[in-house]
Order: sequence, then structure tokens, then C-alpha cells
Amino acid sequence: MEATAHIDFIAAAYAAAVIVVGVLVAWVTLDYRAQRRTLADLESQGFARRPSLRGDGAIGAATGTSKQPAKEQA
Amino acid sequence: MPLIDLANPSRFLKLADSTIPWLSGLTVLAFAFGIEQAMLAPEDYQQGATVKIMFLHVPSAWLGMLAWGVMTVAALGTLVWRHPLADVTAKAAAPIGAAFTLLCLITGSLWGRPEWGTYWVWDARLTSELILFLLYLAVIALWHTVDDPSRAARAAAILTLVGAIDLPIVKFSVDWWNTLHQGSSVFRIGGSTIDPSILTPLLTMAGAFTLLFVTLLVAAMRNEILRRRVRTLHLLQASAVS
Repeated sequence: MEATAHIDFIAAAYAAAVIVVGVLVAWVTLDYRAQRRTLADLESQGFARRPSLRGDGAIGAATGTSKQPAKEQA
Repeated sequence: MPLIDLANPSRFLKLADSTIPWLSGLTVLAFAFGIEQAMLAPEDYQQGATVKIMFLHVPSAWLGMLAWGVMTVAALGTLVWRHPLADVTAKAAAPIGAAFTLLCLITGSLWGRPEWGTYWVWDARLTSELILFLLYLAVIALWHTVDDPSRAARAAAILTLVGAIDLPIVKFSVDWWNTLHQGSSVFRIGGSTIDPSILTPLLTMAGAFTLLFVTLLVAAMRNEILRRRVRTLHLLQASAVS
């Protein structure tokens, strides 16, 4: 009897958990896709973090970078 | 591979790419097992069926505190060693910790209404947990307010260290003050006061939630590293145009 009376609170708690976890999973998944897509777009335009990987000399010349790979950054 | 090598963002990305599918699979399996255990658990002699809310509430509370603990260690990494992966860890952990703290507050309220007769009381445990949630929001806002990631990291690290004062207050509030919230019943001197038929599903769900936390944290850290690479390339692009 008690369980039936409180089942709505239990269901609401589990629904809240599904929503919160769902939002977190959607956030990391969509964010990953967006970052990957933007990174691919920029790299296809010839931009790369390491000078040795850049597509053409224009960017290297513009930034005054050498052929020495840049120190690893996050 | 020595552990210190993982502090290299490129190596971390490779490791994240290979481990996230396994972590995700393990998390799903752990939740399938945990939810089955939770549904089959008997009703508590006092709480009745509402004890099933505890299988969500307690792990959420633990992870809300664990995430701030992770951020505190990362804050030391930022301020002492100025390591970029420490910044990445702190920034990635904040929204996840905020979400689990919010879930703790929601499920606690939904348990409180049938058991205490109210959704909310300004009890020391509830209030300190609400403060933890507000601290998470403040750190997230700080990350988004300062444009330069390394400056934002230092500001957020200081706030994180100050906010860490709230962790022992949350934990020991039930001992220091006379609260409506029950005292510690899982990890305590003299052993748990919970019957194994309820403790087992609780710990199983806590394991599943912890796996979820680790999976989300690794994935969010990978996203943050990629975001910083995008930022670097945007700066290169801007300098090339000008």
C-alpha cells in the first residue's frame, strides 16, 4: 500500500536520473562531434598546430614559424 | 607506459580514443546489473519502497563530492605545476560534478516529501549540498567569463581551493549539527548499519555511477583538449588573415 502511494516519487526520481545522465551523455557526444568537425575544417584549410604539418607556406610565413615542431600544448 | 606520460595531451587523446568504448560498455553493463539489483531489493522496514530513491541519491551525493575533490587536486596541478592537463581536468569535471550534485538535490527532495513531509528544509546537510551546487555554477561561470584558458584556469583553481572547504562541511554536517538528515550509515567506524539486502544494490549502483563519472570525465577531457586545439588554429587563422 505504502509503495503504491509513493511510486510517483520513485518514478520521478528515476526519470530525473535518466534526464540528467541523458543530458550529460548528449553534451559530451555532441561536443566531441562539433570539435572534431571544426578541427577537420581548419586542417583542410591548411592550418595545423605544428608548422611541419601546415599545408602551404603562407600561414608559416604569416606567423613567422620555423620548421621546428612547436612544443606540445593542450 | 609510465603514468606521467599520460600527462601529455596527445598521448591522453590516444588513450581516451581507445578506452572510451570499453568504459562505455562497462558502464552500461554495470547499470544493467545495478538497476536489476535495485528493483529486486526488498522494501525498507521504515522507508518502504522509497529506499529505491537512495540507490540514486547516495551515489549522486558521493560523485558530487568526488568531482570537487578531483577539481581540487587539478587546481593544485594548475597553480603549482601549471600543467595544461590539470586545467583540462578541472574544466571537464565541473559540469559533471554540478549535474550529479543537482541530481542529489532533486532525488533528495523527492525522497524527503513522502518521508519528512517536505521537499526542503534549511538543514545543515541540505544547505551545504546546495552551496556545493552553487559553487559548481560559479566555477563554470568563471571558466566562461575569462577568454584566455590559462588565466581562467588560475582563477577557477583559486575558487576551487576555497570551495573545497565545503567538502568536510557537507560530510560532517550531520555530526557537527543536529540535522533532520540521517547520519553516516555506509562508511562509518563499527561498520555499516544498512542491511546487506539493501547495501549490496546501493554499492552496485555506486560502482555503476562511478564508472559513468570516469567515462564522462575522460570524454569531456578529450573534448576540452580538442577545443583548445581548435582555439589555437583559430588564432593562427586570425593572424594569417591580418
